[in-house]
Amino acid sequence: MFCDDCKQKPATVHLTQMVNGKKTDMHLCTECAAQKGFLLFDNDKKFSIPNFLGSFLGSDFNLQDVHSLASTNSCSNCGMSFTDIRQTGKLGCSECYKAFDTELEPTLRSIHGNSNHVGKIPVRGGEKVFLKKEMGELKLALQQAIKEENYEQAAEIRDKIKGLEKVINEEGGR
Amino acid sequence: MSDSDLLNSNFVAWMDSRAGSESDIVISSRIRLARNLQYITFPYFMNAESGNKSMQEISDAWKNSELLSQMDLITFDQTSTLDRQILVEKHLISPEHGLSAESYRGLLASKDGSIATMINEEDHLRIQCLLPGLQLEKCYKLAQEIDDELEQQLNYAFDEHRGYLTACPTNVGTGMRSSVMLHLPAIAISGQRSRIFQNINQLGMTVRGLYGEGTEIVGNYVQLSNQITLGQTENEIITNLGIISRQIVEQEKMLRKSLQEEMKYQLEDRVGRAYGILTNARVMNSNEALALLSDVRLGVDLGIIEGISLFVINQLVVAIKPAHLQKRNGGEMEAFIRDVKRAEVIKEILLKSSK
Repeated sequence: MFCDDCKQKPATVHLTQMVNGKKTDMHLCTECAAQKGFLLFDNDKKFSIPNFLGSFLGSDFNLQDVHSLASTNSCSNCGMSFTDIRQTGKLGCSECYKAFDTELEPTLRSIHGNSNHVGKIPVRGGEKVFLKKEMGELKLALQQAIKEENYEQAAEIRDKIKGLEKVINEEGGR
Repeated sequence: MSDSDLLNSNFVAWMDSRAGSESDIVISSRIRLARNLQYITFPYFMNAESGNKSMQEISDAWKNSELLSQMDLITFDQTSTLDRQILVEKHLISPEHGLSAESYRGLLASKDGSIATMINEEDHLRIQCLLPGLQLEKCYKLAQEIDDELEQQLNYAFDEHRGYLTACPTNVGTGMRSSVMLHLPAIAISGQRSRIFQNINQLGMTVRGLYGEGTEIVGNYVQLSNQITLGQTENEIITNLGIISRQIVEQEKMLRKSLQEEMKYQLEDRVGRAYGILTNARVMNSNEALALLSDVRLGVDLGIIEGISLFVINQLVVAIKPAHLQKRNGGEMEAFIRDVKRAEVIKEILLKSSK
């Protein structure tokens, strides 16, 4: 089906209007729909057909919960609140996944039937995962050494941890 | 870089039907990997500052890599609306991406269009590999090479539990969408399409039209792709899609065979009429052309029409789109003039190749 207005592009926005009890159907391409003001987003370059995903997001909360959550919680990196995310169906940055981890869990389950990644791991990201694991082990060893009052060994481990922290921070800062 | 071959010729790699298997029914295979840079605002909420930062990092990675620098980096401020529409019609960028003209949005593509990485579309990077016929594994391998190369220089947003982090939670995990473009005229003629596709969602797959999300099925072209990206490995996703595609291909083949056996004359009549109209009409709109070309393509597949190759039909389907017609004509044309030009182009190409 082609756009009713320009008759050139495929119609992707389908509208039903009720005027004085009379029903009219309109089929428009996204550009013509945007020109007529039928797309709700302020930036004309980035339309999105009113996103059903927004209602998907946080479907386990009622609206009040979401508002109270949003008022206390926003992403420390990009400042996005969970209400923003619900409205657009899109996250603001990589750190939103950490900031809204609990809220996203049921959404991911309902979309994918699962919430844990089992696929490819990037080499450098994978390195970090490995380094973090090593860090955990060193910290345990440090506690053990202190407990045994083996301070010489504890100092050695502490230096190793410092070295490792530096590596991890450098990686992250790249 | 507006003099790129991708803008000036009718050809892109996926059209070359000789290079893929099952390419009478499977037009093309595609793997798309969504990747993002850590901390930088995702494109949907991006301003010029964050956009430029992301483009800068990606363009540095492009310059510093031997593999990547063989490709063209086209930023959209260097392109006209018509040029971007050309890229959309060739399936190298999404219709949404074609609407943006900012310098921080763009495309990193190989000369033959087999690799087309969209920059700052919905995600910072959308690495795509597009090949003719059914060859998802090869697509995946090529997309991986680009992914690995980019990753050496870029700090990807990745989480141990959630995988590759994407702007939309529907893509998180592998960030991978694998898809095949199928031409299914016999399934359509026999009215079986809704029966065959009705349960496809339960298998974690989805069906779309020629230009992806939100587009309609025209010319009997159907795009089949995976919906789930979290909790399955890349190989599982590709294997599943491959198995389902092969089953649909088998159904289409069976129905084609029974059409040939039981409705020989009606089938030949339909194909012959389509060819007759395409080579004689003076005014032709896009949907009519696609429907008739679908019949001719079926005729070529079944040996009813000889001399025309599937490669020519693949090229023709793109060459008759509005932006390609206008490029060929050297300027903008109104809809009716385009319909006249379209009829001319079809006639010329079909008659030339069937000689």
